[in-house]
Amino acid sequence: MSNQSGEQRDQAERASSSAVTVLDPPNKASASATQSNEIGEGRETLVEILRQMVLIRRFEEKCAESYSLGKIGGFCRLYIGQEAVGVGAISAVRKDDYVLTSYREHGQAIAKGISPDAVMAELYGKAGGCSRGKGGSMHLFDKTVGFLGGHGIVGGQIPLATGVAFASKYQETDQVTLCFFGEAAVNQGAFHESLNMAQLWKLPCIYICENNMYGMGTSLERAMSLQNVAQKSCAYEMASEFVDGMDVLKMRQATQRAVKRAREESLPTLLEARTYRYMGHSMSDPGNYRTRAEIEKHQERDPIKLFINDLKANGVISDDDLARIEAQVKEDVEQSVRFAEESPLPDESELTNDIYANPL
Amino acid sequence: MTMRDALNLALAEELARDSSVFLMGEEVAEYQGAYKVTRGLLEKFGPKRVIDTPITELGFAGLGVGAAMAGLRPIIEFMTFNFSILATDQIINSAAKLLYMSGGQFKIPIVFRGPGGSAYQVSSQHSQALESWYAYFPGLKVVMPSTPADAKGLLKSAIRDDDPVIFIEQERMYGMKDEVPEDEDFIIPLGVADVKRQGTDATIVARSLMVPTALKAAEELEKEGISCEVIDPRTIRPLDIETIVTSVKKTNRAVIAEESHPFASVGAEISAEIMEQAFDFLDAPVKRVSGADVPMPYAKNLEQLAIPDVAQIVAAVKEVSYK
Repeated sequence: MSNQSGEQRDQAERASSSAVTVLDPPNKASASATQSNEIGEGRETLVEILRQMVLIRRFEEKCAESYSLGKIGGFCRLYIGQEAVGVGAISAVRKDDYVLTSYREHGQAIAKGISPDAVMAELYGKAGGCSRGKGGSMHLFDKTVGFLGGHGIVGGQIPLATGVAFASKYQETDQVTLCFFGEAAVNQGAFHESLNMAQLWKLPCIYICENNMYGMGTSLERAMSLQNVAQKSCAYEMASEFVDGMDVLKMRQATQRAVKRAREESLPTLLEARTYRYMGHSMSDPGNYRTRAEIEKHQERDPIKLFINDLKANGVISDDDLARIEAQVKEDVEQSVRFAEESPLPDESELTNDIYANPL
Repeated sequence: MTMRDALNLALAEELARDSSVFLMGEEVAEYQGAYKVTRGLLEKFGPKRVIDTPITELGFAGLGVGAAMAGLRPIIEFMTFNFSILATDQIINSAAKLLYMSGGQFKIPIVFRGPGGSAYQVSSQHSQALESWYAYFPGLKVVMPSTPADAKGLLKSAIRDDDPVIFIEQERMYGMKDEVPEDEDFIIPLGVADVKRQGTDATIVARSLMVPTALKAAEELEKEGISCEVIDPRTIRPLDIETIVTSVKKTNRAVIAEESHPFASVGAEISAEIMEQAFDFLDAPVKRVSGADVPMPYAKNLEQLAIPDVAQIVAAVKEVSYK
C-alpha cells in the first residue's frame, strides 16, 4: 500500500522540476471527470462542494477588502487558489472527525463547519468570533465541529494532530484527524518526528501537505533538497499519494482512501496536494519573488473554474444554478460582515479570562 | 520512603484512579525509567498506559498536548528537563496558550515532569535550572517539590489539575528519604507555600535542592543566635507571595536561595515582589544566593563552586542581619 503509483510519481516529478511548471494542461486534468457517469457522486454533494469553494473564494476576497479598510488587523493569510485542497479533503470526513491546520485556515474552518459569521467576527476581533476575538486570523477554533486550530508556528500543528489521533486510538473511537500544513513545514523537525511516531504507533492521522510551492517568498527549489514531498513517506514506511490539489474530486477521493485506511486499519497517510496560492503570503506581501505570468499560468487551472467546467460538461449544473450559488454566497459573505460589524468588542474582562482552567 | 518512590506512588495511584491518564517518555516503560521513577508501572498498567517513546522531545511533547486537547490527561516525562529545551515550542506556544487563544474552548490538562537543576558532574548541558523560563509564561504552572511527601502530594495535584504543569524534580534528591503518607487521598494543593522552619530574625526563601541546604544553614545560624524562617514556595507559578511577604513583615530580612543563574531568575522576581509589597518592613536589602553565572563546569571542585552551599546562605543571612 505504501507510496504512490508510477504514474503519480512521474506527475510529481514533472511538477516539482520547476516552480513555474503547471501540473497538467487544463483539459487533460479534467479529462476523467468530464466523461459522463464518471463523477460518481450525487448531485447534492457536488453542488455543496462547489458552494463551499465559491463561498471560501468570495469570503477571502471580502477579507482582503476588509483588511485594506483596516477592519482586520495583524496577519491575514488568504486561501485563494487552494480551495480544492481543504474542501475536497474535508468533504471526505465526518463532523466528529478532527481538523488541525496552519495559519492559512479560514477556508478549512468554513469547510469544517464554522459559520462565516463566526470566522469573520474573529478576524474583526469581536466577541462573536469563534475564538471570542482572542485568536484572530491565525487561531480559529471550534470544538463543536472538531476544528482544533489555527496554529501559528510553521509545523507546530503536526505533533498536535498526531496527539489528537493518538487520543482517538486510546479512546477506541473510530475518529480520524486531518492535519494540513504547507510544504515549508516539511523542512521542520516537527513533521519528521510526527510521521515517525504516527507510523510507529499506527495512528489514524492523515497528513496533508498543501504544496503551493512557496514558503513565504522562498520557492520550493530554493528550500527543499528532495522536492517530491510524497516520497518522503518512504522514510517512515507510510502510505502516501501525490494529488492534483487543483482538482477537488481527486482531492476528495484521495482523502477518502486515506480515511478508510485510518478508520479501518488505524494507519496514517501522507498526501501531497500540489496547489498554488494566488495572493501574497500575507496581505503585506508585495510578491516580488514571482512573476505575474507565473500566477496567471496557474490561474488557468483554477480549481473552481475546473470544477464548474466538469459539472457543466456532465450536466450537473446549469448557468442558472451557478448564478443562484453565487447570489447565495454573496449574501452569506455580506451577512458575515454585518455580523462582524455588529458584534461587540470583547469585554475588557476577557483580557485576563481563560489563562488557566483552574485559576489558583 | 525515598522521593523517587514517593513520585512512583503518586504516578501509580493516579494512573489507577483515572483511565484517561497515561505516561509517556523516553525509557519510562521497559527500561523502568532512566532514574527509576517509573519502575514497575509498565507491569502494572500495560503498554497502552505507559509508553516508551523514540528520542523525539518536540514530537512527543506536542503529541501530549494534542492528546490533552482531545480529552486525555498525559504525563510527559523528560528524561531530564535539559531535553525539554527541544520541546519548548510545544510547551510555550501550544500548551500554555491554547486555552486562551481558543477563547476558553481547549483546556490542556498535561504534566511535563522529570529531573532538573544540578546533577552530578555532567557538565553544562545536563545540569541547569530552567524554572525561570517556564515560570515566565502565563498559562503554565510550575512546581518544584523539596521533600518526598511534597513530591507525592504535589504530583497528584498536578495530574488532577486542568492546566499544563511543569513539574521539576531534583536529580540529586531522588534518594532523599522521609515519611510519606500512603493515603491515596493525600494531596497538596498547588499554589500554596510551606513554612519549612519557623523563625523570627530572617526569612530564607528556598525551593527544591536549596530547601535542605537552607535548613542546614538555619541550624547553624540558630547556634549563633539567629532564628531563621525557611519558606518553600513549592509552586513557582502561581507564586504564593503572600506567605513570603507575611514572613518578611515579621522578620524584616530576606534571603533567597536558588540553584539557577541570577539574571532574570525566580529569585529576582521574588525579590522585586518583596520590594513592592514589604519595602517599609525591610531592615536590609534583600539578598540573593544564586548559582554561579557560568555554564556548569565538570570538574568536581569547580562544580561545587557553582552551586550555592550552606556557607553561602549562612553568610547571606549574616549580611542582611549586619552580623
